[in-house]
Amino acid sequence: MSLLVVCDHDRGHLAEASLEALAFGRPLAVAAGLELAAVVIGVGAEVASTDLAAHGADTVHLASHDLLTDFGPEAWGETVVQLVRATGAKAVLACGTDRGNEVLAQVAARLEVPFVANCRTVQPTDGDWSMTRIQWGGSLLEDATLSADVKLVSVAHHVVEAAPADSPAAGAVAPFRPNLDPSLSATVVVDRVVLRQGITLATSPVVVGGGRGVGSAEGFEPLEELASELGGVVGCSRAVTNNGWRPHSDQVGQTGTRISPEIYIASGISGAIQHWVGAMAAKNILAINIDPEANMVTRADHAVIADLHQVIPAITAEIRRRRG
Amino acid sequence: MRILVCVKRVPAPGARINVTADGQDVDSAHLGFTTSPHEECAVEEAVRLTEVHGGEVTVLTLGPVEAEEQLRYAASVGAHHLVLVPITEVDWDPQRTAAALAGAVADVEAVGGPFDLILFGNESADAGGFQVGVRVAHALGRPMVNGIKGIDVADGVASARREIDGGFEVYNVPLPAVLGVKEGINLPRYPTMKGRLASKKAEVVMDERSAGAGGQERVRLHRPVETVSETAILGTGPEAAPAIVDLLEELGVLS
Ligand SMILES: Cc1cc2nc3c(=O)[nH]c(=O)nc-3n(C[C@H](O)[C@H](O)[C@H](O)COP(=O)(O)OP(=O)(O)OC[C@H]3O[C@@H](n4cnc5c(N)ncnc54)[C@H](O)[C@@H]3O)c2cc1C
Ligand SMILES: Nc1ncnc2c1ncn2[C@@H]1O[C@H](COP(=O)(O)O)[C@@H](O)[C@H]1O
Repeated sequence: MSLLVVCDHDRGHLAEASLEALAFGRPLAVAAGLELAAVVIGVGAEVASTDLAAHGADTVHLASHDLLTDFGPEAWGETVVQLVRATGAKAVLACGTDRGNEVLAQVAARLEVPFVANCRTVQPTDGDWSMTRIQWGGSLLEDATLSADVKLVSVAHHVVEAAPADSPAAGAVAPFRPNLDPSLSATVVVDRVVLRQGITLATSPVVVGGGRGVGSAEGFEPLEELASELGGVVGCSRAVTNNGWRPHSDQVGQTGTRISPEIYIASGISGAIQHWVGAMAAKNILAINIDPEANMVTRADHAVIADLHQVIPAITAEIRRRRG
Repeated sequence: MRILVCVKRVPAPGARINVTADGQDVDSAHLGFTTSPHEECAVEEAVRLTEVHGGEVTVLTLGPVEAEEQLRYAASVGAHHLVLVPITEVDWDPQRTAAALAGAVADVEAVGGPFDLILFGNESADAGGFQVGVRVAHALGRPMVNGIKGIDVADGVASARREIDGGFEVYNVPLPAVLGVKEGINLPRYPTMKGRLASKKAEVVMDERSAGAGGQERVRLHRPVETVSETAILGTGPEAAPAIVDLLEELGVLS
């Protein structure tokens, strides 16, 4: 009997988070007395599955069907359901990405069992399992119990690092052909639109953030200048996007982007918890705020208690002066 | 078009989220309440779609009777019909919530006719179970895609865009369909004075429902352990610039 890990991939390119799920699943499978299996679905599955044995998968199921041309939450969910029924898997694990959570929700709906999303720890016992999961995008934790014949759990992002197993597993390849109703093609990806390439808010080493304190859309020009001087990008708070000063793609936080730069310069941002969860992975935080009591200031590594409209241009000027 | 949107009332915490002594709920004694940003955008999207294609928007919530506040807010920005499934417990687990919502949708459809589109948030702001919309869609036998940041409707098909690294995936989902949307799909409008006044008079239909508990049970809520760092104050004005640039140099971001 197995613990089945659903591996996400994009047309053959395995998602890093799938390896995190395998790393999380290895000790869990041992503790639960289950074999570790993986499933990769659709076109590109074989290419995507090359490293799975090294990461601990005893069995690698490769699911294929004419309908599985690309990602499709319902077709993937139904495939996993049929594999669970065929193999008698006792638990299914996925990464806590949008795709991983969505596929497991589909599996849960179809099997009519619970699904516990975004777990940080899982203790399997003979009967119910207990776990700690994240709420509020990570601002709060919930201890919960899970009672079900088939246990469905996703692993919160970045809880464990993707790393190969101490010794590789067998990785026996097992092709699987699900029986899929044509109606499931309604939710398969039909096209892609490429927008931008290069550094993004999520990956930039420097983020210059602005909040309500910036005051206007034009007020962001000095922040843009500083960001470009540092080879970084501009981020913002929800107060800013709500005012229409910046596009939502610049928003940092629970319902925006999680950033992890070397330094986050947060100016005119109070540091509400929903903003903070998106910013806290920054290695250094410099807060610029007129209020010394602002949450962003008290949680930052460094702070300047002053008007951002004076401080930001002064930083840019000082950098240019030193560069000559 | 007939569109239904499911929204959830959640507290609006500030600098940190506190938990009640019994660990069962967020301590909201001094907090206001709001609708999750994803769902606020779902309401806006529904209103915009009916502005273009004609039709009506119904907003449905399962929560305490006070959730009437969030329904009336939706009415103030353009929703036409409001339905509340009242509960007295803190929060229902995802299976139980979905079963009750699916039942409530069936009730509303029995009277007013089927919905072309049902919108959810990508995930609820508080519980974040990532599943209620998927479960309701499955119960109703309709196709569902989550994580949507763009919707165009034409010829009975919803063309839906989902953000991926550096672009979008496109899904063409035949109606009737269910979509989960994310903040950023639009910029929600603010209520007008007229909208606010009208929303005060809007009727809230109460739909009492029961549903059995699912298999996920809350033991307790708690705050994650925080590493508190000392904040070094680098200055109180633009004269802090050299110290800041020293810091940037030290961190190696000034290449
Ligand atoms: C479910 C939910 C999800 C949310 N998700 C997000 C999210 O993803 N991201 C997000 O950002 N928010 C999010 N929010 C909103 C969040 O709660 C706050 O409302 C928001 O972050 C506040 O933005 P702000 O700090 O810019 O504004 P404010 O809180 O108004 O703070 C402005 C700050 O600017 C300072 N200031 C003013 N003038 C100056 C000046 N001249 N120089 C320097 N400082 C100045 C003030 O002292 C103050 O600290 C969410 C809320 C909810 C309920
Ligand atoms: N109590 C509720 N009332 C109405 N809609 C809800 C409720 N709980 C969840 N939803 C909807 O389901 C979506 C997903 O919720 P969740 O599965 O909790 O992440 C939310 O964004 C809402 O649109």
